[in-house]
Amino acid sequence: MSSVPIALQPVRAVGRSFLGLLHTIGAVSAFAGRGIGAMVTAPWFAGQLGRQIIGIGYFSLPVVGLTAVFTGAALALNIYTGGGRFNAEQIMPQIVALGITRELGPVLAALMLAGRVSAAIAAEIGAMRATEQIDALQTLSTDPYRYLIAPRLMAAILMLPLLTLTADIIGISGGWLVAVKTLDFNPTVYIRNTWDFLQSWDVISGLIKAAVFGFIVALMGCYHGFNATGGARGVGRATTHAVVSAAILIFAADYLLTSLFTHK
Amino acid sequence: MSAIPKLEWRGVEKRFGTKTPVLRHLDLSVAAGRSLVIIGGSGQGKSVTIKIAAGLMRPDAGQVLIDGQDIVGLNGRGRLRLAARMGMLFQGAALFDSLSVWENIAFRLINADHVPRKVAKMRALEALDRVRLGRQYADLYPSELSGGMQKRVGLARAVVSNPEIIFFDEPTTGLDPITGRAINALIVEQVKSLGCTAVSITHDLESAQTIGDEIAMLQDGAIVWRGPADQLDRSGNAYVDQFVRGDAEGPITPRARLARVSLRDSNPA
Repeated sequence: MSSVPIALQPVRAVGRSFLGLLHTIGAVSAFAGRGIGAMVTAPWFAGQLGRQIIGIGYFSLPVVGLTAVFTGAALALNIYTGGGRFNAEQIMPQIVALGITRELGPVLAALMLAGRVSAAIAAEIGAMRATEQIDALQTLSTDPYRYLIAPRLMAAILMLPLLTLTADIIGISGGWLVAVKTLDFNPTVYIRNTWDFLQSWDVISGLIKAAVFGFIVALMGCYHGFNATGGARGVGRATTHAVVSAAILIFAADYLLTSLFTHK
Repeated sequence: MSAIPKLEWRGVEKRFGTKTPVLRHLDLSVAAGRSLVIIGGSGQGKSVTIKIAAGLMRPDAGQVLIDGQDIVGLNGRGRLRLAARMGMLFQGAALFDSLSVWENIAFRLINADHVPRKVAKMRALEALDRVRLGRQYADLYPSELSGGMQKRVGLARAVVSNPEIIFFDEPTTGLDPITGRAINALIVEQVKSLGCTAVSITHDLESAQTIGDEIAMLQDGAIVWRGPADQLDRSGNAYVDQFVRGDAEGPITPRARLARVSLRDSNPA
């Protein structure tokens, strides 16, 4: 091994980390490229896609719904309290609607999916790697990217916008419930204010974000599971990495997309 | 017999990272219709050898030839087409947890050969008969089967589409002697009835002599002996003799074994 002067060792450590980061970015990009390639070209495995749609979409409904209702309710209380400081309590329905549709709906639904789905995908595919099931797929003339990766990516991209739409409705309902039951808002006026204020772009921009977040959630689960090494401990590590990296990328993508949409 | 081997490793080298090579200039071949068993200690590169031949891993150097055609440079689709000519029984059977027994067996028929599900199920049931596992197990899931039953299902999956070459990765590991012998007998029977070429890896010498026409010993990434299965006990090779006797004393040193074992943690993907 080459000897490096002590003074230069921190530089070497930084360089090594940077190279490692570049390597990871390259590996994730290549993996994503193969996954997208498998997603947009035949053959497709419809049965696998259906299974993933149910697993990612349907079974995530309770957790996303509960998160949305409590977030909407808490948001309503906070905005009411904050607005009261300058006599602007009445704008609460509009701010709740805007906050939920543009930001909290997609981000919270994605974070819930990162915890529930990304981890499950990483664990399942990681276990398949550890037990040679992915090798077995190849020996059975089946491309693992088509059979395992593409259906998960596609299902998450399709399902997260639908879950977000559900979260939007439930979140706004949570705000409405608090406003009507505890803050004496008129129920009809609240709904009319919300409806009149919301623009279609508020909802659509949230759904576009959700589709991107869905891709991130599934990609991180698939990538870390597919590359899991070292048996049970490796699968555990892959699961943790999938959740953490998905969460960080969701926030980063959220900022990028928000700045892109607000400059539109 | 054809002069061109059915399967040949020619000058194959493989290393993981910067560590000692697992395979160093491996030369080995097997004729069509023959059964070759590769023996050797843990971490000697037996699994890597068959994974390279099965297209699951690329060598760093050298060629792998099937019917004289190099398969190393094949791309994704070419590899999948190649896989259609092969079958593999994995060490842990590698059955898909989410699929029933018959769906596991019929996996290739349904997903790659696009055989109608009804026909595929019939063929899967016939394959279950061939490995002497009752049809009543067809709708169970792998987790509901014992290790020996899983191996039978794995064998049925490997033979159901009549492959030209079958790989057996430690077929009797983890099985009791009675089940192990039953699996060996099934392997011999299936290979004979299909007339295919078989390559197995094992360190179970009884299994090696039962299922192999020939045995090759892999040591330090190269073949150190090869001969007929019935000559294993009188090979005259120091490595083979030590391996057969199970002695600590001999050319296979614990240090060499440890160096190899550490390579098993490397990601082969």
